Amino acid sequence: MRWLLVKDLRILRRSPLLVSLLVLYPIVIAVLIGFAVSRGPDKPEVAFYNELPASAGTLELGGRKIDLTDESNQIFDSIKPVQVKSRAEAIQKVKDGDVLAAIIVPKDLTERLQSGLESGVVKVYYNAEDPAKKQFVENTIKAQVQRANAALTKRIAEEALRLLDLISTGGDYRFLGQDIGILGLRESEAILRNARAELPRSSPQRDEIDRVLGFAKLARDNLSFSDDVLAVVGEPIKVSAESLQGGRNSLSSFAVALSVAVSLMFITLLLAAGALALEREENAFPRLVRGLVSRTGLLVEKAGLATICSVAACLLMLLGLGVFVSLDWGRFPLWVLALVFAGLGFAALGLAIGALTREVRAASLLAFMLALPLAFLALVPSGSVAPALYDVTRVVSALFPFKPTLDALNAALNDSGDVLGPLLHLALLTLGFGALARIGLRRFA
Amino acid sequence: MPSTQAVDAPTVLEAQGLRKRFGDREALKGVSLSVTRGELAAVIGPNGAGKTTLLSILAGIQRPDEGTVSKAPGEIGWVPQQAALYGKLTVAENLDLFARLERVPDPADTVDRMLELTDLRDRADDQVGTLSGGNKQRVNIAIGLLARPEVLLLDEPSAALDPRQRERLWEFIVRLASEGTTVIYATHNIQEADRYARQLVLLADGERLFDGSPRELEQLVGAHGLDFEAAFVRFLHQQGH
Repeated sequence: MRWLLVKDLRILRRSPLLVSLLVLYPIVIAVLIGFAVSRGPDKPEVAFYNELPASAGTLELGGRKIDLTDESNQIFDSIKPVQVKSRAEAIQKVKDGDVLAAIIVPKDLTERLQSGLESGVVKVYYNAEDPAKKQFVENTIKAQVQRANAALTKRIAEEALRLLDLISTGGDYRFLGQDIGILGLRESEAILRNARAELPRSSPQRDEIDRVLGFAKLARDNLSFSDDVLAVVGEPIKVSAESLQGGRNSLSSFAVALSVAVSLMFITLLLAAGALALEREENAFPRLVRGLVSRTGLLVEKAGLATICSVAACLLMLLGLGVFVSLDWGRFPLWVLALVFAGLGFAALGLAIGALTREVRAASLLAFMLALPLAFLALVPSGSVAPALYDVTRVVSALFPFKPTLDALNAALNDSGDVLGPLLHLALLTLGFGALARIGLRRFA
Repeated sequence: MPSTQAVDAPTVLEAQGLRKRFGDREALKGVSLSVTRGELAAVIGPNGAGKTTLLSILAGIQRPDEGTVSKAPGEIGWVPQQAALYGKLTVAENLDLFARLERVPDPADTVDRMLELTDLRDRADDQVGTLSGGNKQRVNIAIGLLARPEVLLLDEPSAALDPRQRERLWEFIVRLASEGTTVIYATHNIQEADRYARQLVLLADGERLFDGSPRELEQLVGAHGLDFEAAFVRFLHQQGH
């Protein structure tokens, strides 16, 4: 078996184009998938036209001014604004496809907000070329407007809080250009106590004053809770998320596991299926199994070849990724363990493909056709499809090595969940597909 | 140019009552044969006669449903019709690989001997994929000889070779037989059977119709004045095929 392995490695060494494609193609695919999964859409270019006159760019609230332009700039955190000079230019840019959408801040925005009776309306123009783009624009713009709303609400709440504090403790309040002294509940209470002390004990006015003092105290005590109350008004619902399944690793860490799983799958499947089918195409299979090596021995050798090569390629890939993404090198033995089990699982599947198709081209084509759907099925999130369909995708994913590979690598690389379960799953799949390959070899020659 | 080995040479391979079925079709119907040391025996017959099935059973690639073969597969050299070689490996590497898989005592010496035997020493470092069909077939045969088998089975050894390559190949095979190796070959080429074989095993529809020399076949059909191919066809007609 050792000599067969040496032979296969020698053949690979003499096929540089094949090896390059075998390694580079899956890595490119894996990096693209990882990139797509880990990165949301980049800042979309959006035309922005502000019709507010410079003098109307502030909203006066409780005697204090809020700069609406500053608040609207919050939107720019998530979009790349393209400043235009007119509404018409903004619309034209959308039509020409130069920008994803156009946002127009109308000139009456401040007026409407100031009235307290109407909402300010921001106009958005976009192309709905296809449903996906339409949904993307709607979601993006809506999310950003909500962010701006939240920021504005926070500022308004701060102002309200300041006013309430003025009522509680007193101070100066500027109104129509004039400073007005506000007495405040605390000071009022003190004045009343002094006045009460000067009244005779039998004075009936004492009871009246006591009632007012009680009210003032009650009002002050309750106003001390106003900051909490206003915080609730500003953000009535907070999110407290708790993951029930899977780990807490970041999207980029998961993307590393996904990229490695995709590369491993392609390299191992294609190599195992191709190497076995090649024995038949070279007419060597009958000669080999005529007492030189057993059929099972031949499968073990091909599985070893595919696993060794793919694990080596994936470790190199991880070394490269380690330059850009933080990896926990202390878990290196677990990485190797997960890669080896996953490699054997894919190798067994590749051998079954090679044994059943019996031709290098057909084996490569089938391996290729099977690989990507398996990866996509394993990534279908729960709740995104009908429950019955999701159950089907789970069952299908469980029958092939990609999902347990992804789980094992994610656990090994990112400490995300249990490693043992996916490894056992992979071991069972290795045995199952190995048996299928062995049956396929009965009619291989 | 028939073999010059003595007729009284010892029997080295004997098959008795070989039967093989593929579904409803009976590919071999109780075929027996016996060949002696240094013999050149041709298995001939029309398409579907069972020639390749017979050689596959003798080589141990297929198991017979009934019947026995006197030698174990490991004691018999087998050369498939199409060269079973790795095109990306050199001639020497192919020989070395199979010598090691055959567990021959001294692989390097064996490879050297085979390069000498096949007259391919100057092509030893060339990848097999670059060789001509004739040279590939010589390497293919050399691999069948690595374990020094007493019996060598060749399935259509000269198929797809041009006349010059065919001539060189037969010189090589006849030399092997003259050195004591028993060679059994299946062929469609009746002229090659007449020219090189001293023993003919004629099969048709899985039955052995004749086992003897080419001259005996000619005498049997009364083919005086006919060439061997005409005698072969007349014999098949006489036998109802």
